[in-house]
Amino acid sequence: MIPASFEYHRPKDMAGVLSILEEHGDDARVMAGGHSLIPMMKLRMADVPHLIDLQDVGGLAGITVGDTITIGAMVTQSDIILHDALADAAPILREASLQIADPQVRYMGTVGGNVANGDPGNDMPGLMQCLDATFTVVGPNGERKIPAREFYEAAYMTGREDDEVMTAVSFAKPAGGHAYEKQKRKIGDYATAAAAVQIVKDGGTCASASIAMTNLSDTPVYSAAAGDALVGTSVDGDAIKAAVSAMLNDIDPVEDNRGPVAFKRHVAGVILARAIERAWARA
Amino acid sequence: MKDEAVTREDRVASLKGMGCSRKRVEDARFTQGKGNYVDDIKLDGMLFGDFVRSPYAHAKITNIDTSAAMEVPGVLAVLTAADLAPLGLHWMPTLAGDKQMVLADGKVLFQGQEVAFVVAEDRYAAADGIEAVEVEYEELPVIVDPFEALQSDVVLRPDTVGEDGSPADGAHGPRKHHNHIFTWECGDKDPTEQVISNAEVVAEESMYYHRTHPCPLETCGCVASMDKVNGKLTLWGTFQAPHAIRTVVSLISGIEEHNIRVISPDIGGGFGNKVGAYPGYVCSVVASIVTGKPVKWIEDRMDNLMTTAFARDYWMKGRISATKDGKITGLHCHVTADHGGFDACADPTKFPAGFMNICTGSYDIPTAFLEVDGVYTNKAPGGVSYRCSFRVTEAVYFIERMIEVLAIELDMDASELRKINFIKKEQFPYKAALGWEYDSGDYHTAWDKAMKAVDYDGLRAEQKQRIEDFKAGKTRKLLGIGLTHFTEIVGAGPVKNCDILGLGMFDSCEIRIHPTGSAIARLGTISQGQGHATTFAQILASEIGLPADSITIEEGDTDTAPYGLGTYGSRSTPVAGAATAMAGRKIRAKAQMIAAYLLEVHDDDVEFDVDRFVVKGAPEKFKTMKEIAFAAYNQAIPGVEPGLEAVSYYDPPNMTYPFGAYVCVMEIDVDTGVTDIRQFYALDDCGTRINPMIIEGQIHGGLTEALAVALGQEIAYDDMGNVKTGTLMDFFLPTAWEVPNYETDHTVTPSPHHPIGAKGVGESPHVGGVPCFSNAVHDAFRAFGLRQTNMPHDHWRIWRTANELGLHD
Repeated sequence: MIPASFEYHRPKDMAGVLSILEEHGDDARVMAGGHSLIPMMKLRMADVPHLIDLQDVGGLAGITVGDTITIGAMVTQSDIILHDALADAAPILREASLQIADPQVRYMGTVGGNVANGDPGNDMPGLMQCLDATFTVVGPNGERKIPAREFYEAAYMTGREDDEVMTAVSFAKPAGGHAYEKQKRKIGDYATAAAAVQIVKDGGTCASASIAMTNLSDTPVYSAAAGDALVGTSVDGDAIKAAVSAMLNDIDPVEDNRGPVAFKRHVAGVILARAIERAWARA
Repeated sequence: MKDEAVTREDRVASLKGMGCSRKRVEDARFTQGKGNYVDDIKLDGMLFGDFVRSPYAHAKITNIDTSAAMEVPGVLAVLTAADLAPLGLHWMPTLAGDKQMVLADGKVLFQGQEVAFVVAEDRYAAADGIEAVEVEYEELPVIVDPFEALQSDVVLRPDTVGEDGSPADGAHGPRKHHNHIFTWECGDKDPTEQVISNAEVVAEESMYYHRTHPCPLETCGCVASMDKVNGKLTLWGTFQAPHAIRTVVSLISGIEEHNIRVISPDIGGGFGNKVGAYPGYVCSVVASIVTGKPVKWIEDRMDNLMTTAFARDYWMKGRISATKDGKITGLHCHVTADHGGFDACADPTKFPAGFMNICTGSYDIPTAFLEVDGVYTNKAPGGVSYRCSFRVTEAVYFIERMIEVLAIELDMDASELRKINFIKKEQFPYKAALGWEYDSGDYHTAWDKAMKAVDYDGLRAEQKQRIEDFKAGKTRKLLGIGLTHFTEIVGAGPVKNCDILGLGMFDSCEIRIHPTGSAIARLGTISQGQGHATTFAQILASEIGLPADSITIEEGDTDTAPYGLGTYGSRSTPVAGAATAMAGRKIRAKAQMIAAYLLEVHDDDVEFDVDRFVVKGAPEKFKTMKEIAFAAYNQAIPGVEPGLEAVSYYDPPNMTYPFGAYVCVMEIDVDTGVTDIRQFYALDDCGTRINPMIIEGQIHGGLTEALAVALGQEIAYDDMGNVKTGTLMDFFLPTAWEVPNYETDHTVTPSPHHPIGAKGVGESPHVGGVPCFSNAVHDAFRAFGLRQTNMPHDHWRIWRTANELGLHD
């Protein structure tokens, strides 16, 4: 559990980060909280001759709350939990963050690291797809924005180029009711299945619904069909069944120590139904 | 009078003796990060060794090229089996009478097996050196199923085949097959068959107690330092039995025992994982001899989980017979025991399956038979660990499951069935069908207390309603009521039937009273968190009348501590605790003579009273133990040697038999498989209670480990012999979040043969907890037709049970 030797860089600004990335290419990786990268290096599954620590780079740790909410890439899960204005504006973030790992990890783990790494087990990617967030990356050619729903290509493969750095996520202040429902084996575990749901109610019917699932494919799964199945309904048992059924068409879980595929599909359905019920009750 | 205002109760309280919830004296150190663990030891010029480990579960090694590793900066040496063979150290004896490769000798038998030992200036260089060692493997067929192993032509261990090609005899007799290790039989085979075949009711069930691991917070490790000038070897390490390690090191290395000093510093949890001898110890010693420098070896978490002593892996098949009204008449048990690549258990020599023959449990079962077959597979060696050496956990799981299955067969309440069959109070000492003599017990009293505490009838009524609600579609949660009454066998043990590698399993205590009335006591045991420094001082305080706070307890240094067999199997209190009391009584006997002299009366005219000797009938005439201690050193007393010291080696006349009654109330979500423990009640009877607070801590810890094992913790292998649970991501180690509230309770039934009546408690909660959690899961589904489903009861397996019972339809 000892990584191969590496150079540690701690630039003071983004220009410094980008120049190291340019100089070392594939041999360099940026690190935010380090909770994905460091274990991979210790297991010698990731070979990173040049590690660039973003801690000292300014301007990445802010949270702004308005009609648009912007969260800097270096904002930790703990920061999110403690930010009352954010919790008022987008309560699903606090609800989801409290279900990530444990307090010690949440002090270190960042939003940027969580969404940028492309680990299908991470909770934030699905959450950001549910919120229809936009990721901002910066690279040698300047800044670029990528929709969260188009960012994930495969496990650890994303729309971010190797020489680009994630700087922020932003999304419109969500409306309606929310729920983040997660089943896990224990504290600190990735989800067996997790569902992020935002629902807007108009009178007695569902005006819009956004649904994304976590750790049930090699990428997070935004299920437009599942959301559509709720729109225009009173979100009764049949509508929830239809949404679950649509979601099950979009996921593709694999067997692991959490259980076989049939179990995961069943639990995904149960978790989503519960999330919808909870979000609807709050809408 | 000197202390008129001080009552006798005050004097008793000030000693902080037995029965006092004295705060742990160790914790000031531990909670401030001031412990001294093996990895804290840093010596001048110390080198660091680490292993190249096999990625394959079964492979031939065709070549090992260390040249590139030797080029890595900081790497000083790379040891392979070829280097150890001339010293005869490429294999080592195991504590079970088998032998184990220190470094791979031509082949590997499990994933993670030690192949080469890289010695470097620091652990970073060692890690880089490991990467650079090139090993050529030729994969061989992998066997991870013991039943397949007994059918297979594949020979795992060439040394199991005789010259004529037939299986060679093993350490415990003839082999049935080349992958077979031993057969151990106990009890009356034919009468048992007869009773069962003629019985009114027979319940039959097979169960698998999965492979798991105790995962102590501190992994295993050592520092070996060979002083070539004086020829002395010092070995610090995570040893639960430092004296046994000294003797074993001497026997296999040829270094005379007086030239070996073994030191167990603070140990961060053992649970049996740190009893055995590991290749890391041997390689560190050799590397220190070769380099002339101290060499440290410390496992990382994956090394620990994948290669050091696992627990269980027992395939148990039972038949239990009874009359129609529930009186048990016979029990048959067959076990197929998966030992992995080497039989590295730490069993007493005569007990290759430990004390599995305690499997008649708390019940008066007149006829029984047990047969255990040990088998080699391509898994890591070990087998005896986890808060229950000696297979008591397996035995109790077996009988407590068989009772539940019999209750189903009889359509009877499982509590009622237990009460019908408990050994009665007046039957003790009770001679069990499989040979043990239970020292004392009062099972009905404990059970009734437990049933009353949880309102058992109320729980069953609630459960009945829940089942109706479930069937009516009003709820998706089931309620399970898990019951267990366990009887443990601990305190190994009488030298006449317990030895390990020929070392008798007595234990020891040596006491020196200082002139000013404080003391130091040294024992042959070693605490790994049990709080010995606290509790043994309390035993002595009560025995010799000096305050526990004035008594230092020291363990773990073989140069200073008397010889003993160490700490595991809940043996410290039953054996070393007894030695402590006996040594204390020797002190008291001498003190009596001194007191009589000082008080100018005959020896028989004084009697001990809390902290002093008083003249019989004249309590105002006394000498305190403190005064006596001073006189012992500073006053010439005719016919009495100066000083006040004693040593006792205690060979117990019998084992001790702690018991307990546990109840678990569990909610189960049938759609997700998620469990929630609503209530856990644990009544323990460990005989005389030395420190109730420490007992409670032991129970909480053991129950938590039991919860882990029952609900998710496992060492799982795939078909290729790859460990699937080698990190804490997949290996379930419960945190405060997963742990329920525990209600503890007790009865006190002292051991009649133990000097202070104490029985040992460390393992009880694990032994009783695992079947209790498991029985709760089974009980929840009993109304829907479940008889047996194997642990661990994690989410997906519970979901599968519900699914197979049609509860998702």
